[in-house]
Amino acid sequence: MVDATQTATAPLDPVAAPVRSEGYWRSVWRRLRRDKVAMTAGGVLLFILSLAVFAPWIAPQDPLHGTMLMRLRPIGTEGHILGTDELGRDMLSRLIWGGRLSLLMGVTPVIFAFFIGSAIGITAGYAGGIVNTLIMRTVDVFYAFPSVLLAVALSGALGAGLGNALLSLTVVFIPPIARVAESVTTRLRSSDFIEAARASGASALTIVRVHVLGNVLGPIFVYATSLIAVSMILASGLSFLGLGVRPPNPEWGLMLNTLRTAIYVQPWVAALPGMMIFAVSISFNLLSDGLRSAMEVRA
Amino acid sequence: MSPPDTSRADSARPLNGAGEALLTVRGLKKYFPIRGGILNRAVKRVHAVDDVDLEVMRGETLGVVGESGCGKSTTARLLMELIEPDEGELIFDGCKVGSRELPLKEYRRQVQMVFQDSYSSLNPRLTIEDSIAFGAQVHGTPKREALARTHDLLARVGLDPARFAGRYPHELSGGQRQRVNIARALALRPRVIILDEAVSALDKSVEAQVLNLLTDLKAEFGLTYVFISHDLNVVRFVSDRVLVMYLGKVVELGEAERVYTHPQHPYTAALLSSMPSMDPDHRTEEPPLAGDPPNPIDPPTGCRFHTRCPSIRPFCATREPPLADVERDHAVACHARVPASGYHDDAAAVPDPEKITA
Repeated sequence: MVDATQTATAPLDPVAAPVRSEGYWRSVWRRLRRDKVAMTAGGVLLFILSLAVFAPWIAPQDPLHGTMLMRLRPIGTEGHILGTDELGRDMLSRLIWGGRLSLLMGVTPVIFAFFIGSAIGITAGYAGGIVNTLIMRTVDVFYAFPSVLLAVALSGALGAGLGNALLSLTVVFIPPIARVAESVTTRLRSSDFIEAARASGASALTIVRVHVLGNVLGPIFVYATSLIAVSMILASGLSFLGLGVRPPNPEWGLMLNTLRTAIYVQPWVAALPGMMIFAVSISFNLLSDGLRSAMEVRA
Repeated sequence: MSPPDTSRADSARPLNGAGEALLTVRGLKKYFPIRGGILNRAVKRVHAVDDVDLEVMRGETLGVVGESGCGKSTTARLLMELIEPDEGELIFDGCKVGSRELPLKEYRRQVQMVFQDSYSSLNPRLTIEDSIAFGAQVHGTPKREALARTHDLLARVGLDPARFAGRYPHELSGGQRQRVNIARALALRPRVIILDEAVSALDKSVEAQVLNLLTDLKAEFGLTYVFISHDLNVVRFVSDRVLVMYLGKVVELGEAERVYTHPQHPYTAALLSSMPSMDPDHRTEEPPLAGDPPNPIDPPTGCRFHTRCPSIRPFCATREPPLADVERDHAVACHARVPASGYHDDAAAVPDPEKITA
C-alpha cells in the first residue's frame, strides 16, 4: 500500500543510496548567514579577535613603555593615533594587546562553565527526583549570590591574579548554565522519543549520549554565548578592582580603571577601553540572539 | 527481511480469545501522588490504574477503550514498564518480568510501543534510519546490519528507503512519521506491540491506510496488539477482544462483537450509545451520560460508576462489584449482572442496559 502523501510512482529500490537531507547544523548556518545583524556582529568579533591574535605584528608600538613627556595626549596626536594614557603609552597598541587578556577572560570561564554546568544540569535533569533536588538546590545556593559579588568575593579570597580571576568567574557561571541545562533536559526527558528509547532497553548513558545531548547542547550553547559578554564585563570589573590582571599588563577593564582619573583631562581617550568592552559585549549578544533564532526549527 | 517465525505465525487468531495468554497482568496499581503542604508530602493520590487484571492472548488484538483520563495510557506505560507500578506483576510468556529468566531489557525487546504523537516520538536531530536502527544497536547489532534491516523495514511500511532513510522527522507528513514509528517498533522483532492511540492523530484516510498496514504486519510477523484508543469504531474494526476501562478499573472485558452488540455494563452501553449513528432515524438526542467522570483523586466508593449509573441500587455506593464472567469469555463488573449480588432482590424493575443503547 502506498501512502497518499507520497508519490506512487517511485519504485522501492533498496540498493540506491538514501537521499541525505541537509543536516541540522548546516541548516542553522544557512539561516544564520541570512541574518545581517548577526553576521555583522560576527564580523566585528572576528576583526577584534584577529587584532588580538596578531597583536605583536599589528600594534605600532610597545604597549608597556611610554614617556611621561607624552602622557595623556588627545586622539589624533602624531605617532599616537588614539592618544596616550596616563604614563604616555600608546593607546592603540594597548587596546590591541589588551584584547588578548580581555577576550581570554571573557571566553575561557564560559567555556569551562559550559562543560561543567551542562554536565551538572543534564545529570540533574535526566535523573530527576531526589538527585535533581539535591543537585539543583546546591546550585541555587551559588545562584543566590549576585554574580558580581560572588566573583569579587571568590577572587578576593583566592587572591589577585589572572588564574584566580578565571577560576572565580568559572564558578560564577556554572550555576546559571546548570539551571538552563536542567530545565531544557527536564522538558526533553518527558518527550515520547526518550520514552521510546527507554522502551527499546537503552541505558541512561546511551540515551543521554544519543538522544539528549544533540537536543540540549544547542540551547545551552546559545545561552552560554550570551554569558561571554557578562564574563567580559565581570572580568573587566575584577581588573578594575585590582583582582584580575595586574599593571602594567594591558587589559580593557584595568585600563578603564587607571584612566578614570584622567576623565576630565582626556575624556575621549579615557572612554576608549570602555568602548571596546561595549563593542565586544554587544557583538556577542547580537550573535547569540541570531544563533538562537537560527536554531529554532519547527517545520 | 527474515521469514516470520512459524511458531508465532501459526498462532494466528485465537477464536473467542481462547488462546494462550502471552502477557498476563495481575493486580496492577498505579497511584500518582499529589504533593503539597509542608515537607512536600503526598497529600492525595490520583488513582490512575487501580487493581487491573488482564490477559493478552497470543496473536490477538486486545482493544482498550474508555473516556479520557480513565487510565488507558497509564496502563500502556505500565505494560511497557516505562513507569513503575505501585503494585502488581507482569508475566510474559510464563516468566515474571524483571526476574532472572526475563530481565527488563529482554522484555523490552519483546514488547514495543507506538505513541500517539508521531512528531514528539521521533528525535528531531536524528535521521529516520538512525532513529529506527537505534534499538537494534542498543541490543548489540552492528550498525551496518541494523541499517540494512532498517531499510527493509522502511520498505515494508511503505516508505521508499532511498527517499526517506536520510530524512529528518519534520520533513515527513504525520502518516509517514507514524509509519516510521511502526517500523521502529518492529525493529527489535517484538512479539507484542502496544499501540497507544497510534492512529488517533491521523486524518481519516491516512488512518485507514495505517490500520491496514497494521493488520498486514500482524499477519506477517505474527504479532499481538494491545490497541488503545478512544475511537470506538476503530477499536471494533481491529479488535478480537475489547476491554472497557472506567476510572482506572476494568468494567467489561469480552469478545469484541459480543461487547459491541450486547454490552453488559451500563457504562459500556452508555459509551456505545454515544457513538454517532449513521441512521438519521436513530439520532442521539440526549447525551447518554450526564456530567464528567468523577475525579480520580477521590474515586467514588463502591462501584465507581454509581454516580452516573442509570440503574443503581443503594448498595452500589458501598460494595464494589468484582469482575465476574457473565457468559463465556465475557466478564463484567456490575452487581446487576451477578445473580447472587442481591441486586435483583429489592426491586422488580431492572432496566436492561441494552435499552440504553437504543
